[in-house]
Amino acid sequence: MVRFIIRRLLVAVPTLVAISLVIFLVLDLAPGDPTGNLPLTVPPEVREAMREAMGVNEPTWRKYILWLNQFFIVEPRFIFEDFTGVEIFDYDDPDNPPPVRILSWQSRGPVFDTILERLPQTLWVMGLSYVFGALIAIPLGIVTAYRQYSWVDNVGTFFALIGYSVPTFVLGLLFIYVFSVWLGWFPTFYDPSLEVTNWATFVEQVKQIIMPVTVLAFFNAAITSRFMRSSMLDNLNLDYVRTARSKGLTEWIVVMIHVVRNSLIPVVTLLALQIPGIFSGAIITEQIFKINGIGQLLIVAIQNGDIPAVQTITFIFAILIVLFNIVADVLYGILDPRIRYD
Amino acid sequence: MAAITPASLDTQVEEELGEVRTLWQDVWIQFRKHRGAMFGLGVLVFLILFSVVGPIIYRIDPQFSDLTVLNQGPSTSHWFGTDAIGRDMFAMMMAGGRISLMVGITAMLISVVFGTTIGILAGYFPMLDGPLMRVTDLFFALPILPLLLVVTLLFRDTLRTLMGPELGIFVMIVTVMGLLSWMSTARVVRGEVLSVKQAEFVTAAKSIGTRRRQILLRHIFPNVLGPVMVASAVGIANAIITESALSFLGLGFPSDFPTWGRLIFEARDYMRLYPLRIFWPGLAISLTVLSVNFIGDGLRDALDPRMRGK
Repeated sequence: MVRFIIRRLLVAVPTLVAISLVIFLVLDLAPGDPTGNLPLTVPPEVREAMREAMGVNEPTWRKYILWLNQFFIVEPRFIFEDFTGVEIFDYDDPDNPPPVRILSWQSRGPVFDTILERLPQTLWVMGLSYVFGALIAIPLGIVTAYRQYSWVDNVGTFFALIGYSVPTFVLGLLFIYVFSVWLGWFPTFYDPSLEVTNWATFVEQVKQIIMPVTVLAFFNAAITSRFMRSSMLDNLNLDYVRTARSKGLTEWIVVMIHVVRNSLIPVVTLLALQIPGIFSGAIITEQIFKINGIGQLLIVAIQNGDIPAVQTITFIFAILIVLFNIVADVLYGILDPRIRYD
Repeated sequence: MAAITPASLDTQVEEELGEVRTLWQDVWIQFRKHRGAMFGLGVLVFLILFSVVGPIIYRIDPQFSDLTVLNQGPSTSHWFGTDAIGRDMFAMMMAGGRISLMVGITAMLISVVFGTTIGILAGYFPMLDGPLMRVTDLFFALPILPLLLVVTLLFRDTLRTLMGPELGIFVMIVTVMGLLSWMSTARVVRGEVLSVKQAEFVTAAKSIGTRRRQILLRHIFPNVLGPVMVASAVGIANAIITESALSFLGLGFPSDFPTWGRLIFEARDYMRLYPLRIFWPGLAISLTVLSVNFIGDGLRDALDPRMRGK
């Protein structure tokens, strides 16, 4: 198993290099000028100097190597320093200045600082919706499969169909209209400046996070519950279930211990594969509810032509996808004794 | 005994077995039994008629902005009312439907053609299998939505000057979406080809000296059509959702292009006062996706020989 994990991680390296190259080239070769949004009164030589300072005129391959170096070597060191307080760089040594970090063209500050600042909002909303989605989907999948074609199954199927047919932005706006505008239960938009200090602010926080979490959880639960249902249906007719029943086990134990545990194997891997998708979902959900998370950061960066920020965030998404693909494979190997990698 | 001609053989078989049906007739019979799929087909046909034939009957120019009737509610002259600059909502819904459906179908065609070709090549030629599947894995790991957003924004102006505002953006969105979504089709087709190419009829075709091209086109391809059709249905649904999401983020079609997603994007700011302007396009997108998903479900069942006769 350890050997398999190591091998998968090693294979992931060329994949990531290739993806980073794709992302880098798409953005680098795109027509567009970082100084294009400046007022026309800025003289050409100043423009040229700004381009020089941003490193736009360097050859592509040098920019790529520089970016990789910043992404994998420089930034982790700074993050390490931030978290531990240990200083790797000697900031006072004038001959050996600390390396340049990936700088945003909008704020002129390090991109990673902004990302770390935005990450908690995204993780809260996405994490909660993910957990709730799974908590709804798995029992729903069990019940709808066990009572196949009953009214519970029909209702569950209906909701699942709505869940993956109605796009999140339509559902989100619908929720805003019904629960904020019409009923007035929850605030229309997420207020990022709210700090939880006492019970009242906690209630406020819960109120403003409920709608984005529900919308996303609905979507996640729709897919997962269908998956759980079909996985349960595959297992319910197998011989080992008959054996379990025939040796006199109660129905509860047969279903909950024997069938559910086996049915969960593919569902757990699906859940692992869904994690990167959650971050993509964040792009749209954060836009609907005006949450200042990573998704919104990406949209604003794209709109302003902030290429370093876009490259970095997109590549982080790619790393998440590759990583959780490996996690899914490994989980499958651990959970399913029939699968042996060695 | 009379000589056996193909025609007499046919009647003979028919006498012995009853009516002879082709595979696709069988599929259609099974498909018709799937209530959800028939409902989906009905809704989809209705939506296509609505957006293609509709403008012939309801003759208001969706681009025309009538400044005397801003933000009106539904009336006999404007069935769904008008928007903030006096354009007719019903006409825009029809025009938007045309674009949304066209985007969905074209993007699906690109992705299915691409995916099927790669799947067949990878499945049939062991030499190509490794490299092509690595490329597929690579594309699977690309973050689709961020990349789409980036590409549409960065290349929008160039393509617009090259091909004009309408065609340029359409070609770009459709191509990028197609090229970023062929992977699952390729994988399914490859698996199917791997099993079909071991079948006896392929060996038979080889043994009578059929050319490789012919084997691929006449023998392998028709046998992987089933999963390809299911993938097409899913592909349309995904393409329509993705396009409307792009438009919703304000990064898809420009504002003179009323796709359903774009209509929602524009109606968003007036949501408190005119919620119906979000409701109609939202309903249209959801119904399209729902019906296409149902059709995919029905096709999957109809093409599965184990389900037939049930």
